[in-house]
Amino acid sequence: METLTATARVPEEYSGHIAVLQEGERSRCEIRARPGKLLELCRWVRKRGFVFVGLIVEQEPEQWILRYVFYPSGRGSDEGEPSWLHVISSQPLAQTTFPSTLEVIPGIDWHEREAEDLFDLKFEGHPKLGDFVLHDDAWQEGLAPMRKGFDARRPVGHRTADPNWRPQRIVHAAGAFAMPIGPIFSGVAESAHFILETVGEDVIRALPRFFYKHRAVEKIAEGRWPEEVLLLAERFNGISAFAHGLACAQALEAIGDIEVPARARALRAWLAELERLRHHVGLIHDICESTALTVAASQAAILEEDLLRLCGALTGHRYLFGLIACGGLSRDFKEAELKAAAERTRDILGRLTRLESNLIRTGSFLDRLEEVGIVTDKEARAYGLVGPIARASGLARDLRRLQPYLTYAQYTFDVPTESEGDGYARLRVLFAEARAAAGIIGQALTGLPEGSVRTVHVPMGAGAALGWAEAPLGAAFHWVRLDDEGRVSRYRIIPPSFVNWHAFYLAAEAFAFQDFPIILASFGLSVSENDR
Amino acid sequence: MANWVYSGLRIGVKSTHYPRVPENTPGVTPGLPMGRPLRSGEVGEVVDRCPTGALKRTAHRIVVDPRHCVHCFQCVRGTPDPLRWQEGYEWARRAPSGNHSASSTLGESLGAPFARSLHVRVVDAGDCGACLREVKQLSNPYYNLHRLGFFITPTPRQADVLLVVGPGSDQMRSALEKAYAAMPAPRRVLAVGACALTGGVFGPSFMCSDGVGSIVPVDVEVPGHPPPPLAILHGLLLIAGRAQEMPSGEMRP
Repeated sequence: METLTATARVPEEYSGHIAVLQEGERSRCEIRARPGKLLELCRWVRKRGFVFVGLIVEQEPEQWILRYVFYPSGRGSDEGEPSWLHVISSQPLAQTTFPSTLEVIPGIDWHEREAEDLFDLKFEGHPKLGDFVLHDDAWQEGLAPMRKGFDARRPVGHRTADPNWRPQRIVHAAGAFAMPIGPIFSGVAESAHFILETVGEDVIRALPRFFYKHRAVEKIAEGRWPEEVLLLAERFNGISAFAHGLACAQALEAIGDIEVPARARALRAWLAELERLRHHVGLIHDICESTALTVAASQAAILEEDLLRLCGALTGHRYLFGLIACGGLSRDFKEAELKAAAERTRDILGRLTRLESNLIRTGSFLDRLEEVGIVTDKEARAYGLVGPIARASGLARDLRRLQPYLTYAQYTFDVPTESEGDGYARLRVLFAEARAAAGIIGQALTGLPEGSVRTVHVPMGAGAALGWAEAPLGAAFHWVRLDDEGRVSRYRIIPPSFVNWHAFYLAAEAFAFQDFPIILASFGLSVSENDR
Repeated sequence: MANWVYSGLRIGVKSTHYPRVPENTPGVTPGLPMGRPLRSGEVGEVVDRCPTGALKRTAHRIVVDPRHCVHCFQCVRGTPDPLRWQEGYEWARRAPSGNHSASSTLGESLGAPFARSLHVRVVDAGDCGACLREVKQLSNPYYNLHRLGFFITPTPRQADVLLVVGPGSDQMRSALEKAYAAMPAPRRVLAVGACALTGGVFGPSFMCSDGVGSIVPVDVEVPGHPPPPLAILHGLLLIAGRAQEMPSGEMRP
């Protein structure tokens, strides 16, 4: 344990209890904060360059456990650095006030707001609590659905929305007004609400309101069997179903100590990249459509449908549902099928590259994207952004590199980054990532291991583990805890859209109204993934 | 700009000829499981593998209720006695009267007022994104819904059809009711996807209904998880009175 340099040096006054758990090749270091020292400890952890993942609240029979999850940011970090670092703060159940760590970890803002809404915990020092997941106009105060006694199957009773409810206005000036957008808006769009405040042409404040689509996935998962929760993981966000299913399955496999066969590991990576390629082509289509460049939008849509058909014909489902299973995959594929699919992907990539070269020579298109919706490198770091949006702002974080899983360590692939952080940078990152995904699709088939694709396993016992995957939109984390019976007692999803929507206002503010749909499209975030 | 003209022409016409000619390209549909007679002495344990109750056992048959199917493939993979699978997509049916549709306005003739053109307002009531993506595909060159006289409209005031996806999340309830109330009569509601029909894997719960039928009166249902674009087209054609509904009872090849 002395080799754990990071933890060995934790100042005595912040923590008296440090535990290191070995999970396969990885280590998880748990540091318990001394009462009143949580803020100092988190500051100390941040100073050492640890990246914040999320906050996991767990209600035990007698106490609250708040888990602040971090991982080391750099490759080449100290020898013996833990792979994961959990700062743990616990309190008796009756005490529901915790210190807010917002001043140390800006990215924890929404996590604390969510915990306040769903667990009815208070975070002292947080400037804005209330009206987040549970909308104030329709839910009574003090309802805490994530607490253990709350029965998720029973309706809470008929609630009528308060007709006099008005969103909070920030801008007060002569001629200032607020333009509401949503929750139902535009042609075919996910339900979300944005209040754009303005005194004329430019958006001064962009205030998003989400969770119209909240389905309480984390709550309804409780008490279900792991296989049923895997169904939920796959289906709460259909457009990156495979990545979320994978992250959840990896958590379950870590709890049950289940060895996934080599062939299944390689095929999982292959399918995850196929999903990434299809997802990014879909986003490219949305960006073209938002700028009203219909010919390009049609061409991208053809490529998206081609990829959907490819997935459908190969796996049986156009969005790769039903493939991931605990212990591997639910089916195997013939060598010839895979080769043919990879061949078709190459053809699709060729057409995508032609589309790209046409787009980057279309001035009217680029005018709408360049220097619009900017997120700076500094902001991206402060908010702990993930995925293509972070990479377009110069933050090259990718879990496939930083926390390698499956067979990614064997492949050569780029993690494309740009520095401008505008809409065009995000579009270039999408194209480059689509290319990289197609590259892995080609590589993963050479030397594909033989054998079965699924380990038959015994029912899992009690335990908890974190599963992760680099979903198309960025880092996705699934925390699963099983009770003694083997049922799920806590399920926490930290999806990339939840992290990135938090910073969306940075991109939308100070730009004109007509840029708003384009910024929305170039962010390309999923509302269902955020709302869960 | 000339590039776009040239590259557009080079791609040529991609549109399907459905409904005039069936579309059989591989991958256009995820398909659905098919029921079958029980063999003598067989208990049909495959029925118990279904996590959503889409499979039922009668005295002599295994029966499939497509409204509940979420495409988990448990009844065809990893079981010694798999069900057969059908690759169709003409799945739309009138909503069953009773539990799920509050007060369907449907008379005998479904499509009389809508035979020529149809304007559709799409509402997301908690969808996972996949159904919505498939609705979006309807506008792509492959499906090109405009050729059939169907249009997506931005406002419910001009809409003939409310196309609803998602299980009916509680916080979308009031928006959905308002959108329906804003539509001029005659109007129809098309529920798309297993979640919209039954709540799928999410509902019913304190945050989700058991399908959007408990919020607005549903006329036509399209099963599937998500239903492929062709199944959604079939639903619209059925509302317009230009297609036959999927025969009641079970699915046969």
